[in-house]
Amino acid sequence: MSGGAKLKVRVAEVVNVNDMIKRFRFVSLDGSPMPAFSGGAHTVVEMDDDGVRRLNPYSLMSDPEDRSAYEISVRRDDAGRGGSLFMHRHVTPGLQMEISYPVNLFPLDTRARKHLMIAGGIGITPFLAQIAQLTHFGGRFELHYAARSQALGAYMDRLTAAHPAQVHCYFDDQGQVIDLARVLSMQPIGTHLYVCGPKGMIAWVLSTATSLGWPEKALHHEEFLAPGTGMPFQVDLAATGKTITVGTNQSLLEAMEAAGVDAPYLCRGGACGQCETNVIACDGAILHRDHWLTADEHAAGRKIMPCVSRFEGKSLTIDR
Amino acid sequence: MSKTAFPPAIKSRPVYGVLEPRPGAVHLVVADGEGAGAVTDMLAKAADRAGMLAAMHIIYTPGPNGTDQTAMLAALGAKQCYRAPTIPTLLPRLTRVLSDAHMGTQFYLAGTEGLIGQAERDIMATGFPHHDIQKEHRGSTVRRVQCVHCKGITENVATDPFVCSHCGLSLFVRDHYSRRIAAFQGVNIDAEDPGQVPPPVVRFT
Ligand code: FES
Repeated sequence: MSGGAKLKVRVAEVVNVNDMIKRFRFVSLDGSPMPAFSGGAHTVVEMDDDGVRRLNPYSLMSDPEDRSAYEISVRRDDAGRGGSLFMHRHVTPGLQMEISYPVNLFPLDTRARKHLMIAGGIGITPFLAQIAQLTHFGGRFELHYAARSQALGAYMDRLTAAHPAQVHCYFDDQGQVIDLARVLSMQPIGTHLYVCGPKGMIAWVLSTATSLGWPEKALHHEEFLAPGTGMPFQVDLAATGKTITVGTNQSLLEAMEAAGVDAPYLCRGGACGQCETNVIACDGAILHRDHWLTADEHAAGRKIMPCVSRFEGKSLTIDR
Repeated sequence: MSKTAFPPAIKSRPVYGVLEPRPGAVHLVVADGEGAGAVTDMLAKAADRAGMLAAMHIIYTPGPNGTDQTAMLAALGAKQCYRAPTIPTLLPRLTRVLSDAHMGTQFYLAGTEGLIGQAERDIMATGFPHHDIQKEHRGSTVRRVQCVHCKGITENVATDPFVCSHCGLSLFVRDHYSRRIAAFQGVNIDAEDPGQVPPPVVRFT
């Protein structure tokens, strides 16, 4: 089955972290330990939203050494397609759910002498697990964490209490901005940089580091894209002989699944590459939204990532 | 592609590029022998040559064939230019520089494989990605080879097979390379038929 093996879990706890964020704790149905994971891993949570199947990736934030449960934090996105709203409104303790085995697309490079982490908002979650992991192994790190306001700075208290010298917090509403060039210039050779947060922040951090001579392979980032909405479009599936219509609020991957096509996927956020599909014919424009394919591949239009990308035009035939 | 044309080989064999100026707060150059020419060629491409030299630290040693272009490098006017008599005396200087280097340092390695490999090994040990260390081969193609039997390393190997300078076995020089050890692997050539050693051929000059 696509998406890898699934874990059957029960929601053990739901905690209001602040006005925007809720934390969910998943335990196995039979009480057995959860599979091990490493800091930076995510799980894809499957939701049955009134007949609509939603699969959203969330970073695991709990201590990787703690096999008793997984924890995720979900920020409510009122303008989103509904996955986070479903989690906030309908997921309550006792509910049974299916989640994927952990997959890590944002691991620590443990060869690094030091780990420099930059988080924006809910982008803090993978770092919570990574910091726990580094604490066990005595790894050196420094965290710069920006939030909209003190009230929305999830987990800042626990981080600053546990690591007062390593954690630096910034609040947008107080006009505080990370002095990025200075922070980047002070890192010992062999430091790796990790950034997770809004798209603009990731682009700013990566381009600043590159312009200061930071090496490509020492720059790590993670951003899950929501599939996004758009005009409905039709797609011919050559391998299965089906023709499907992708709705405004649906991704191409979701539309294939709804039509009973078992298409491969892992992250469902344009990051892992698992869903890559060959384009057989295309009369129109593919709206590439992933960050898996290269700019050249996007321009060539021979491949599409159905988890996030869409199409506008006359006809599209893909190899599924 | 580097100036040196190497015969096609297995994937393990290192490949070299051409040094390009890149942005950085410090430009650390480690070179030997003819590698000096790669440094001057790279500087000729720099948009801000004076600025680059003002932030450049050159660590140089003559090549295994005796080529010594110290005077040419010293005349460039880099912030620091240090000549070590040999590779083993150059490496402690590199280690010292690395111990308080910061990210934003750009690395440029040029010259023979022994020098490039050992400098890369020491830079890599800090956690810096080897992929982002620029390397350009120039000059001699003699190899640094580890005997897989006694683990001893023989420098400047020119012939294949050659006699291990530690245990005395006759070794076949493979293209199999260890980045961690910074050496090619040498395997006993007459293990099955002791004494049946083909005459050595000069493969590396
Ligand atoms: S499922 Fe990961 S890129 Fe589409």
